[in-house]
Amino acid sequence: MSDTTLVTLRDVRFAYGEREILQGVNLSVRRGQVVAIMGGSGCGKTTLLRLVGGQLRASSGSVSVGGRNLAHLSHAELYALRRRMGMLFQFGALFTDLSAFDNVAFPLREHTDLPSELVHDLVLMKLNAVGLRGAEHLKPAELSGGMARRVALARAVALDPMLIMYDEPFAGLDPISLGIIGQLIRRLNDALGASSIIVTHDVHESLDIVDYVYFVSNGRIVAEGTPDEIRVSTDPFVHQFVHAEADGPVPFHYPAPPFAERLFGQGVA
Amino acid sequence: MSRSALDLWVGFFVVLGMAALLFLALRVGNLASANLSEAYTVKARFDNIGGLKVRAPVKSAGVVVGRVADISFDTQSYRAEVVLTIATRYAFPRDTSASILTSGLLGEQYVGLDPGADVDMLKPNDVLQITQSAVVLEKLIGQFLFDKASAPAN
Amino acid sequence: MSGAVVLLRRVGSVVNAGVARLGFAARFFLLLLRYSGQSLLRVHLTMREIYFSGVLSLLIIIVSGLFVGMVLGLQGYETLQRFGSGDALGVLVALSLTRELGPVVAGLLFASRAGSAVTAEIGLMKTTEQLKAMDMMAVNPLARVVAPRFWGGVVSMPLLAAIFSAMGVFGGWLIGVVFIGVDEGAFWSQMQAAVDFREDIVNGVIKSFVFGVAVALIAVFEGYDCEPTAEGVSRAITRTVVSSALAILALDFVLTSFMFRGVS
Repeated sequence: MSDTTLVTLRDVRFAYGEREILQGVNLSVRRGQVVAIMGGSGCGKTTLLRLVGGQLRASSGSVSVGGRNLAHLSHAELYALRRRMGMLFQFGALFTDLSAFDNVAFPLREHTDLPSELVHDLVLMKLNAVGLRGAEHLKPAELSGGMARRVALARAVALDPMLIMYDEPFAGLDPISLGIIGQLIRRLNDALGASSIIVTHDVHESLDIVDYVYFVSNGRIVAEGTPDEIRVSTDPFVHQFVHAEADGPVPFHYPAPPFAERLFGQGVA
Repeated sequence: MSRSALDLWVGFFVVLGMAALLFLALRVGNLASANLSEAYTVKARFDNIGGLKVRAPVKSAGVVVGRVADISFDTQSYRAEVVLTIATRYAFPRDTSASILTSGLLGEQYVGLDPGADVDMLKPNDVLQITQSAVVLEKLIGQFLFDKASAPAN
Repeated sequence: MSGAVVLLRRVGSVVNAGVARLGFAARFFLLLLRYSGQSLLRVHLTMREIYFSGVLSLLIIIVSGLFVGMVLGLQGYETLQRFGSGDALGVLVALSLTRELGPVVAGLLFASRAGSAVTAEIGLMKTTEQLKAMDMMAVNPLARVVAPRFWGGVVSMPLLAAIFSAMGVFGGWLIGVVFIGVDEGAFWSQMQAAVDFREDIVNGVIKSFVFGVAVALIAVFEGYDCEPTAEGVSRAITRTVVSSALAILALDFVLTSFMFRGVS
């Protein structure tokens, strides 16, 4: 079990002060898999990713990556583990004062003592993999949203990680960039023999490329399955989500007292 | 910006800052002129030092030869004891007299040294025997009024 | 009755928040010092920040220093000559600059030129998740981003203050000697007689160093601690300038009362 499983979350709870974000999440990612975590905005998806990356600590339950429980790691051990993780942030989070080339070279220069020619070749390989070898001299401000995200992806895989995490990789992209990113996620995952976790609410794009899907709502896993199972699922939540219906288990209205009461009750005074 | 251009600018900046410090130390301040690293101290007791402060200059013939190092009150003689630091290259006869003077009417007070004629020179920690106190304006005015009152009327 | 309670509660919460923030800042400072070692070893990181906070502040420091010195020359001469001591102009200009105006005004300018830029840069990196991205790449942002900016500021500030004072003396000389016609010999010799290296110049440098530490710390802390939104960054920049100015003036009072006590 532990040989094939890379990431395991067991009964994980997390709260910001009084506000409970996650209420007992169980989840696992096997090696080589691309797993999607889906759910509405503000349901705790990104928090899950932060927990796996060790940026947040679970209030209770355990998060383990590569067989190591993150709660028991020292700062140095966590950093050692993170060198083998890559993360793509929602808007790329490229370093604005560095060129595309230097951005991709950043983790290599920080963590290795490779000679500069070798760094140069490695960076060009990574940039070539995302199709942006020609853009090496451009600054992040000169890149389009989709290109910036591809450069950030090249940076995330610069050290050939065993786990790649994507925070909303499809948000705000045009259909072409969206397709490119989707294909890149799958291709890079298979080429590197890594595992990937995608946090997204973009159902159709991700169902095409992932191996397994978790649905999160109100801090719990409400449904899971392979893309084929999800497409034919009769679960009301999944059905609403996949078919983008306005009302359903996720109500259209924010919880409120009955409208009539509000109009004719205390409203007139 | 390339690394070498950046290094050049930073180097220029640091040199400029150092030059400014050097200018302040040598041209504006007195690091070069009043180097008292080689100096000896002598003491002088005054009845009244007026407004003399620590670090006030010690001058002889108008030339700064040292500084006031310390001022204290001597409970044996009930006089002010002033420690003077004088540069080693300036040697003074033993019967040199010290007086507290004012530069200009409202200027700062300093210690003036008038060399005597003794053949022996002052040694470190010697005490100057002849001193003249500061002129205190109130006393001067009092003296003046007293003299006026006691003068025979015409 | 309830109004008084509300007021007391508000005072209490403001004090609590302030103390908590001070505690944060102190812990931040300790962490910053702890992670400084590894970043100081990579000299070019700090060199780059000396360029941004020092070299880019040169122009405003030189111009302001010159003008402050020239104004001191005009006003000082105007007042001194009423007492017939126009020759003491050099003393007035040099002492005001080396003891007070150099460190203080250069510190204020430094806070608004370089301090605000540092806050903006770090705040923007936080807002665009660059700091988090760095942290996820197992690179400590305190060591890689914050420490070099802090030390860059600490190195730059005393040099800028010295340049400011030197330019000010030059400005005073320009007005006093060249335009008004104060005797050149008296100008310099009285200055040299009155300005003491240890008491005035070294103390001025110590002051500017302390201000440099204060401004640099405030600037990096506000940037690192800002709310990660555009509004949060702009508020942090305002806070950097305001708190730096207050810190400089308060520290100046404390340092002055220790340094120049009992001296003329």
